[in-house]
Amino acid sequence: MTAVASEAAADPAALLVGFARRLRAAGAEVSGERVRAFLRATEALRPWARTDVYWAGRLTLCGGPDDLPRYEREFAAWFGGGEQAVPRPPAPAPPRLRPVLRNAAVPTGRPGAPEERAPRLPAPAASTDVLRHRDVAELSAAEREQVRRLLAAFALRGPVRRTARRRPARRGENDPRRTVRALLRNGGEPVRLRHRVRAERPRRVVLLVDVSGSMAPYADALLRFAHAAARGGHTEVFTVGTRLTRVTRAMAHRDPDAAMAAVARAVPDWRGGTRLGELLKEFLDRWGRRGTARGAVVVLLSDGWERGDPELLAEGMRRLHRLAHRLIWANPLKGRPGYAPRAAGMAAALPSVDAFVEGHSLAALERLAAVVRGGRPPEGIPREGADGA
Amino acid sequence: MRAALEETGYLVDEGLAIACFLALRLNRPVFCEGDAGTGKTALASALAEVLEAPLIRLQCHEGIDASQALYDWDFPRQLLRLRASEAAGVTDPEKLEGALYDRRHLLARPLLRALESAPCVLLVDEIDRADDEFEAFLLELLSDFAVTIPELGTVRAETPPLVVLTSNRTREVHDALKRRCLYHWFDHPDLARELAIVRRRLPEVTARLAEQVTALVQELRRQDLVKPPGVAETIDWVRALHALGASEVDASLATATLGSVLKYREDADRARGLDFAAVLAGRG
Repeated sequence: MTAVASEAAADPAALLVGFARRLRAAGAEVSGERVRAFLRATEALRPWARTDVYWAGRLTLCGGPDDLPRYEREFAAWFGGGEQAVPRPPAPAPPRLRPVLRNAAVPTGRPGAPEERAPRLPAPAASTDVLRHRDVAELSAAEREQVRRLLAAFALRGPVRRTARRRPARRGENDPRRTVRALLRNGGEPVRLRHRVRAERPRRVVLLVDVSGSMAPYADALLRFAHAAARGGHTEVFTVGTRLTRVTRAMAHRDPDAAMAAVARAVPDWRGGTRLGELLKEFLDRWGRRGTARGAVVVLLSDGWERGDPELLAEGMRRLHRLAHRLIWANPLKGRPGYAPRAAGMAAALPSVDAFVEGHSLAALERLAAVVRGGRPPEGIPREGADGA
Repeated sequence: MRAALEETGYLVDEGLAIACFLALRLNRPVFCEGDAGTGKTALASALAEVLEAPLIRLQCHEGIDASQALYDWDFPRQLLRLRASEAAGVTDPEKLEGALYDRRHLLARPLLRALESAPCVLLVDEIDRADDEFEAFLLELLSDFAVTIPELGTVRAETPPLVVLTSNRTREVHDALKRRCLYHWFDHPDLARELAIVRRRLPEVTARLAEQVTALVQELRRQDLVKPPGVAETIDWVRALHALGASEVDASLATATLGSVLKYREDADRARGLDFAAVLAGRG
């Protein structure tokens, strides 16, 4: 605090810019333009008043509700305590957003047979939140090679839908606007009729990638798959584990390795437990119902190991199914011989799923991409116990 | 600023008052985000009232383009003009062209109207529903408040309009647009402020009814609902009860009119499990 205070005496602008820097270091997207706006805003107010600086910064340096808690934290840290001076606005995000649980042992996230986890008691994994950041850059050479092929092969596009927009075309309905415009250009002589058709756009694709411990062997590959898919711009990517994290922004890096590093920074729950039901509900409340999932193709990439109440997951899947255009579940375990959707979560979810596909290999992901585009699933939708066992 | 806004019946908290002040001082648009029914759109009309300026509203929708948002030529009138000129024997092409592309034949859509009638308040409602292309177009317009019509020349706002953008977050609005705006997140108000808003908006209802309903809504918001009710719903509920001639509400009446505040079956089911009587008793 004393350092800050002496700095303030020297140059108030430096103090403000220092704060903006700190905010940027904390992960906020603080551009130079934003900082200029912040300085101008503070100048227009009373730069010595803590509340005014607080609001000037909040209005100019934040860009979404997710930025606000971080802003609060950094502001308090930089300008010191004295909470009585600044009335704390209520947290913008719903309070049920992030229950922090860290009482149980860290699961090992052992690669290999996640199926073996079945007989484990659900309790310890359910209440675990591993705040461990995984360095996804350290992949084996074989994986890298596989990923390169993956990236070369993929462009994930949803099926097209008609939009309200119309575009000029050679045939189709009459386009009175363009026809009259052409007519005026020709001195009022009707020369040729112009036509237009409804424009089409690909549907949005929403990927929900499970990054819990049991999915650890697949998470890297699936996230890279998601990165390739997100290039088109009509794709939203979320990770689920013990928390729901939107990683579309982190995925925006063109370079896959940079994107993966950004995702690793953004996701706090690598290799933790799975709370699919709760997170699906959170997804629906925060994103799905607002429009992200409406009319979209939603793909869940998960093994269906649910540590919570399967009924909650079933209810969430029913809601999601009503919202989405198509609901696809890709399960890497499905490729194993003798697999049956016995996991409680998987069994609860299946009735609401439009297509149930594999997701364990490159070929399986290619098939998944075909299904997203609107092809038929490779084989019929397996009902409980109909497949394998 | 705050006092002026409250005079119009729109109650603001400190952050929003500062946002409006800065918007005027720095000529920056205010970007309003938050749940439905928290007063984002109402802010624009309150500002218009304070500034005694017209409110021009552009409702965004998918597929909106420049001809719907900015300007369009009135083709039928141009044709009529052309025919009339021909009949009158006008031969000077310069003159004819000038007459055809006259300001009278231009249909001003909301954005152009806002530039021409500034000072005014321009409300760009639900920007998240428009396409990305439209966002880029808007960005250009908001940065210099001028537009060039090829046939007429440049229209520039003498005083930049005060712009309010709202978004329900159905889609992430591009950062380039947000960067040029003051960002304000609208939260549900606390009990005292919500009560004050209800009382201000509906002065005809009894204090007791307003108080009870506000307490109920606050309790509902604490429940885990699919769609937590906004202030707009609170006002609807109070209005509905008032229309039924109630001066206070009891548990059975609240349950009977629940449809005006909860719009999902799941939510209504959950709310029925609530002990309304206890909540009401708690308020005394």
